[in-house]
Amino acid sequence: MKHIKTLNGPTLKKSAAKGGCGECQTSCQSACKTSCTVANQKCENKNK
Amino acid sequence: MVHTFSALGYQIAVDVNSGAVHLLDDASFRILGLAEGPLGEALPESLRRALPDYTREELEEAWRELLELQGKGELFSSDDYVDPNRSVPRGAPVKALCLHVSHDCNLRCRYCFAATGDFGTGRKIMDFETAKKAIDFVVRKSGARRNIEVDFFGGEPLMAMDTVRKTVEYARSIEKEAGKNFRFTITTNGMLLSDETIEYINREMDNVVLSLDGRREIHDAMRITPGGKGSYDVIVPRFQKLVKSRGDKDYYARGTFTARNLDFTQDVLHMAELGFESISVEPATGPKGDPFAVGSAELPRVFEEYERLAEEMKDREDFRFFHFNVDLSQGPCVIKRLRGCGAGCEYVAVTPEGDIYPCHQFVGKPEYRLGSVHDGSFDMGISDVFAGLNIYTREDCRDCWAKFYCSGGCSAGNLLVTGDIRKPNSAACEMERKRLECAIALRAAESERED
Repeated sequence: MKHIKTLNGPTLKKSAAKGGCGECQTSCQSACKTSCTVANQKCENKNK
Repeated sequence: MVHTFSALGYQIAVDVNSGAVHLLDDASFRILGLAEGPLGEALPESLRRALPDYTREELEEAWRELLELQGKGELFSSDDYVDPNRSVPRGAPVKALCLHVSHDCNLRCRYCFAATGDFGTGRKIMDFETAKKAIDFVVRKSGARRNIEVDFFGGEPLMAMDTVRKTVEYARSIEKEAGKNFRFTITTNGMLLSDETIEYINREMDNVVLSLDGRREIHDAMRITPGGKGSYDVIVPRFQKLVKSRGDKDYYARGTFTARNLDFTQDVLHMAELGFESISVEPATGPKGDPFAVGSAELPRVFEEYERLAEEMKDREDFRFFHFNVDLSQGPCVIKRLRGCGAGCEYVAVTPEGDIYPCHQFVGKPEYRLGSVHDGSFDMGISDVFAGLNIYTREDCRDCWAKFYCSGGCSAGNLLVTGDIRKPNSAACEMERKRLECAIALRAAESERED
């Protein structure tokens, strides 16, 4: 494409299929304790 | 829903529902800023007239590329996630504990949300019997979840090292048989760190959060001893020693900035100069009128500062900033992103008395007490209220472009500022959106470097 460069594809949609295992870290535990960002957590699903 | 913004010299479009992110040139950026999705086959004449700086050919070419992305489900994609069965974890397992081993502290930080350590409930250390019951509670309540997180918190948890050690030892002694994997974190102000505790923490703790606000004068203005002395000179060499011998295990040098040091980029850079590679600084929270809390009045300055920090980080890789660590392709699944922090259902706090609260910030608010590890009580009525909070049920989240990145924000922060756990604190939302724009723009800069 000449006008657009895709930085990331539709990964969120794809993650719906095998998501929800619940093994990932609780977001508030890692550092913030006062304000959340969930998107900076790691996925721990071994079966995706 | 598509969000377009400019940051760090990039023009970016986020397709909210698919997670796709695109870098745009001027023509496509301006089209997207004016167009309403979904896009039709032909470039609307009104759009062409509104963008006289571009030739018809240029605009039509950009339009075709945008249409192609739309066709692939990467622009104006639909939201297929609204499924109450997946977004509301009724009866969810409890998998994370914030264990308040100490409601006492050896500092008297002026912005402390925990009333200088005791959460207004009296200074107390958790005994091992209570901690053991908390471990048994989370094992019992965690169902099929294997990974269990326990954060030793306070007050200052190093004042309760005897309880910490016995708790870790106990959890390790039962984890195999229980089919669990305990991950420990400790959050410390560093005052009691010795060579021996450093060695212990680096061996046993999967993560350690080191409280440091940045520059000496900023840190010492807030983080003082009961006698009024600053703590910077005591803790910094100990934190450096801990990090140096920590190997590749996780840690965060974590600070708080207040309305009095809105130039917090200087504090982040100072922490980087001290050798810390994982850094977080958080805005001080508080009710309206709190002299330290960062609220609406400070937003323009805070935005400017996040941009300054992102600009600084664009060309260096020697440290990471917690809120800018957004991994666009490998982050958590959308199910996790619907539900958010899990406070009150997947995550609870336990006080030295054994009382259970939705999270550390609810401790001391009796109306939110969920139960006790001593009698095994757990109020599912309150827990279900928290479990029902997600980006579709929280007021204002449904239509926010950042909903899959922030996942609904902080219930305790909402309560503090708006008086309602469901109603987002708009200043916190605006800061989060700004941080996310910076984080995404930094990924663009990274991608450019890789090219």
